[in-house]
Amino acid sequence: MNEYKGKSLCWHVADGVVELALDRAPANEIGLAMLDDLERFAAALPELESKASALILYSKRSAGFSAGADLRELYTLVQQTDAASAAKGVREFLERIHTVLNRIDMSSLTTMAAVHGVCFGGGFELVLACDLIIADKMARFCFPELRLGLIPGFGGIPRLKRDIGNGVVRDLLLTGRSINATKALAVGLASQVAAEGEALRVARATAAQVTKFDRATAAAAKRFIKPLPAEELRREIDIFCQLFVKPAVMQGLRKFVEDTGAHPYLP
Amino acid sequence: MADGYFDAKLMKTLEQTTDEILNLAAAHFKVPRANLQPNDDFFKKLGIDSLQALELLTRLENHFGVELPDYEIAGVSDFRTLATRIQARL
Repeated sequence: MNEYKGKSLCWHVADGVVELALDRAPANEIGLAMLDDLERFAAALPELESKASALILYSKRSAGFSAGADLRELYTLVQQTDAASAAKGVREFLERIHTVLNRIDMSSLTTMAAVHGVCFGGGFELVLACDLIIADKMARFCFPELRLGLIPGFGGIPRLKRDIGNGVVRDLLLTGRSINATKALAVGLASQVAAEGEALRVARATAAQVTKFDRATAAAAKRFIKPLPAEELRREIDIFCQLFVKPAVMQGLRKFVEDTGAHPYLP
Repeated sequence: MADGYFDAKLMKTLEQTTDEILNLAAAHFKVPRANLQPNDDFFKKLGIDSLQALELLTRLENHFGVELPDYEIAGVSDFRTLATRIQARL
């Protein structure tokens, strides 16, 4: 499938490059609709990998790359069922999103995320599955999950730990603070910083460079340098599910969802 | 001697920092500069939500060349206090 347009994203292939654009109002929250579309993309990847060399992920939303998991949808679904069913549903969601992100992580394509604006929680975790991060100077990265009594659940901790020093991982995880593109570049998270509005253009130039290389060689290099932290990813799901049933999580979700003021994304 | 020289030349006063914040906010959120005062609530005066407040934070970090953790501006809503937080990082 060379082209696809779903409810929350679209993709197409041109000149050896797959471009996957997230486009779900208001800020590409990752819920069931986005998961369905991402699963469709993962299923199409084998065919896309035979036709292309690179993959660019980006967002069409002005607010940014993604504000993370769809907490409003999660809260609504949890309210509609009993605790045991809710916990089971959360585990199933995590298993599905991990399968998708692991597939993107291990793709033979050279993958890159062009990031602008907010890149929080699950959105940050999607970006971390990519090989390269090209950050607009207005990009902002954050793991806010501890504010909800949770840890990141889409594979974020093992992938961030794979890429950068443990001290920076602890800073982001344990303070829940957000960092800008300059900091992301300084700690080795982003590979390039682009001027405001230029991240996608820089990603396209990078992808054009990638298409010059032999695919089998590039894929071999990637397999060698980017192993999947499979055991830690499994443990992350277990820890998330253990924490999810605690009362503090529902309180945190309710506080976020019911915040009608201007502050839900601030600590 | 050298320290004193650099202090005098490079250190911004709180008023200068506040003024630069007001100029930047007015320019990016399309609000007349004359309508903004140091003690104004920037959420109300700029009509911004928390995602836009993060955008303002990023613009301020880029402008002043500082890193300002978002938890330091949690609970802050007026320009002057925001300026004191930035002053502490210059």
